[in-house]
Amino acid sequence: MSLALAAVTVIGAAILIYLLSGGADYGGGVWDLLASGPRKDQHRAVIDRALAPIWEANHVWLILVVVVLFVGFPRAFATITTALHIPLTVLLLGIVLRGSAFVFRHYGRGGRFERQAWGAMLGGASVITPIMLGVCVGALGSGEIRVDDGRIVSPLDAGWTEPFAWAVGGITLALCAQLAAVYLCVRLKDPKLQEDFRQRALGASVAAGAFAALGLALSGSGAPVLRQGLVDSLWAFPLHVVTGSCAIATIVMLWTRRYELARAFVIGQCAGIVIGWGLAQGPFMIVPDLTYVDAAAPASVLEMMLGILAVGTLLLVPSFLWLYSLFAEERR
Amino acid sequence: MTDLFAARSQMAMSLGFHIIFAAVGMAMPLLMVLAEMRWLRTGDKVALDLAKRWSKGVAILVAIGAVSGTVLSFELGLLWPEFMAFAGPIIGMPFSLEGLAFFTEAIFLGIYLYGWDRVDPRSHLFAGIMVLLGGVASGAFVLCANGWMNTPTGFDLAPDGSVAAVRPLEALLNPAAFYEVPHMVIAAFEAVGFAVAGIHAWMLLKSPGERFHRRALAIALAVGGTAALLQPISGHFSAGFIAHEQPAKLAAAEGHWRTERYAAMKIGGWPNEDTMTTNGAIEIPGLLSLMAGHRLDHEVLGLEAFPAYDRPPVAPVHLAFDVMVGCGFVLVGVALLGAWIAWRRRVWPRWFLRLIVVCAPLGFIAIEAGWVVTEVGRQPWIIRGHMRTSEAVTMVTGLQWPLGLFTGVYLGLAGVCVVLLRRHVFASPGGGS
Repeated sequence: MSLALAAVTVIGAAILIYLLSGGADYGGGVWDLLASGPRKDQHRAVIDRALAPIWEANHVWLILVVVVLFVGFPRAFATITTALHIPLTVLLLGIVLRGSAFVFRHYGRGGRFERQAWGAMLGGASVITPIMLGVCVGALGSGEIRVDDGRIVSPLDAGWTEPFAWAVGGITLALCAQLAAVYLCVRLKDPKLQEDFRQRALGASVAAGAFAALGLALSGSGAPVLRQGLVDSLWAFPLHVVTGSCAIATIVMLWTRRYELARAFVIGQCAGIVIGWGLAQGPFMIVPDLTYVDAAAPASVLEMMLGILAVGTLLLVPSFLWLYSLFAEERR
Repeated sequence: MTDLFAARSQMAMSLGFHIIFAAVGMAMPLLMVLAEMRWLRTGDKVALDLAKRWSKGVAILVAIGAVSGTVLSFELGLLWPEFMAFAGPIIGMPFSLEGLAFFTEAIFLGIYLYGWDRVDPRSHLFAGIMVLLGGVASGAFVLCANGWMNTPTGFDLAPDGSVAAVRPLEALLNPAAFYEVPHMVIAAFEAVGFAVAGIHAWMLLKSPGERFHRRALAIALAVGGTAALLQPISGHFSAGFIAHEQPAKLAAAEGHWRTERYAAMKIGGWPNEDTMTTNGAIEIPGLLSLMAGHRLDHEVLGLEAFPAYDRPPVAPVHLAFDVMVGCGFVLVGVALLGAWIAWRRRVWPRWFLRLIVVCAPLGFIAIEAGWVVTEVGRQPWIIRGHMRTSEAVTMVTGLQWPLGLFTGVYLGLAGVCVVLLRRHVFASPGGGS
C-alpha cells in the first residue's frame, strides 16, 4: 500500500468513526428537536446526559479529518475549501451553534423558557450540520467541480447546489438520527423510553433507506462517475449485499427488540455505506480532475503524519475506551 | 472593503475570539488541579467545592474554545487556500501532534467534568492532569506552527517555487517557536490567574471573610503572580530574538524609523508613516540599543531600511506593543505587592482587593495586544520572506458577508458567556449544579 493510499484510508476511517460517534451526537440533537408525546422532557434529559461527557471528544474526529486532509493532501484541501466555501461556512455556523447551545442549556442555570430556546438552537443546528456535511461530500463526487492545473475553473455554486448533493445530505442526516436512536435503545433501561426510541429508530431506518434510494436514482445524472462505481464495478454487488443485509437486519433486530444486535448491524450498515462511497469515489478526491495521488504531500510528510497517528492510536484507544465505558450506563 | 481586508479581519476576529477560550483551556485546569490536590491532601471541603465550581465555568468556556478552534482550522483553507496548499505539509507535524493533544484534552475533560462520582479521587485527579497536559500541548503545537510563519525552516524549494523537500522536525522546531511557546503559555496562566483572582476579589469585597473566595483568590493569585514575574524574562528573550530575526517587526513595535546606534526606546506616541517619525513619544536614550544588542552603540535597523511595501503597518503594532508591555509591568507590580502582603500579613486589605478587580482584564488585554504585535507585525508576509498575505487569499469574493456573519455570532456568544458565568459566580458557594 502506498503512503498516499494509507493516508487517504485514514481519512475514510476517520470519517466513518466521526459518523458513528459525532454523527450520533447530531442525531441526539435531532431527537431533542423532535421530542414529543408524554415523555418528551425525559427524552431531552436522557439525550443531554448521554451526550454531555463525550460530544467534545467525538467532535475531534472531524478536526482529524481536516488536519490529515491539509497535511497529506494540501492541494485538495485548498481546492475543496475554495469550491465549497459557502456550504462549509454554513457547516461551521452549525458546529458553533450546536456546541454553544448544548453547553448553554446544560450549564446555563436558565429557566424553562430559556432552556427551550437553547434546545431549539441545538436541534436546528443538529439538523443543519449533518446535512451540510453530506452536501459537501456529495458535491465532491458530483463531477461538477472542475479543476485545471490546481485552479478551480467551475463556478463557485457547482456541485453543492445540485439535488444529488442534497440527497447525500438527507442520507447523512437520517443515518445520524438512526444511530442515535439505536444507541439510546441499548443505553436506556426504562422500557417505555426504550420503546419510544425503538419507534424512532425504525422510522429513521426507513428514512435512511428512502434517501439512499433517492440518492442512487439521482446519481445517474447527478454523479455519473460514482454511479458507475456503485453499479458496474467488481466490488459493487457483494458490498451492496452486505450493506443491504445489515440495513435489513437492523430493522429486524429493532422489530424483535434485540438492541445490542441492532447496534452491531447499524454500525455495519454505516461502514458499508462509507466504504462503498470511498471505493466509488475511486482515486478521486474531487471527481473527475483531482486524484489523491496528484494531491498527496511529499513522502517525508506522509511518513511523519502516519507515524504520529500510529503512536497516537496507542494513546487514544485506551483513553476512549475508558471514557465510553465510564459513561455507557444511564445514571441520573 | 477589499476581500483581502475582509479575510484578514475575519481571521483576526476569529483568532482574537478563540485565544480567550484557548487561554482558559490551557490555564484553568491547573487551578482546578491545585484545588483538588489541596482537597486530597488536607481534606479541605472548600477546596473540593472550588474545583467543582471552577469546572462548571470551564465546561462552558472550553466548549466554546473547541468550536471556535474548529472554525479556525477550516478558515485556514476558506480564507488562505494558497497558504495551506504550500504550507500544509510543512507545518503538518505540529498540527498532527496538536490533533492528538486535543483528543487527549477532550477525552479527559469529559472524564474530569462528569466523572466526580464515577471514578476514584486519584483517577479523577489524573484525568485533570491529562486535561492540563493536553491543553498546554495543543496550545504549544499551534504556536510552533505560528512560529514557522515567522521563521520558516525545514523545506527546500524547487526552481519553479514549489516545495521540493520537507524536513518536518526542522519545521516544527523552527527558531521562533522557542520564543513564542513559553511567552504565550506563560501569558495564558498570567491572564487567567488574574482574571479569576479579580472575580473572587470582587466577591470578597461584597462578602468579606468568605473562606471559599479567600481560598480561590490565594490559588489564582499564586498562579497569575508567578506567571507575571516570569513573563518579563520571556519577553526580554523574545524581543532580543525578534531584533535579530525579524528586524522589521521590532522596528514597527518600537516605532523606530532611522537605522542608528544609541537608539532610544520610544514609549507611546503616534507613528506617522508619511513623515516617518513617531511623534509625542517618551524617549529613553540608548535603551533600545541596549535591549536589542546588549550594547549602547549597537546599531538597530529602522523601518527606513525596508522598502515601504515590505513594512508592516506601524501604528497598530507600536501601540499594541506598548499596551502589552504596559499591562505586563502593571501585573508585575501587582504580583510583587501581593507577594509582600501575603508574606507580611494574612488578610488581604480592601484596597488590594479593589486593585485586583481593576487589574483583572489586563492579562487578556495583553494577550490580544501581543497577537496584534506578532500577526500585524509579520505583515505584509503570511510566510515571512516567502509568501505575501495578498498572494495567499482565496479567490472567493464577497468575503464581507462571512465576516459580518461570524462577527455577529461571536459577539452574541461572548455576551451569553458573560451572562451565564455571572450566574455561576453569584451562586452560593458549593451550591448544586
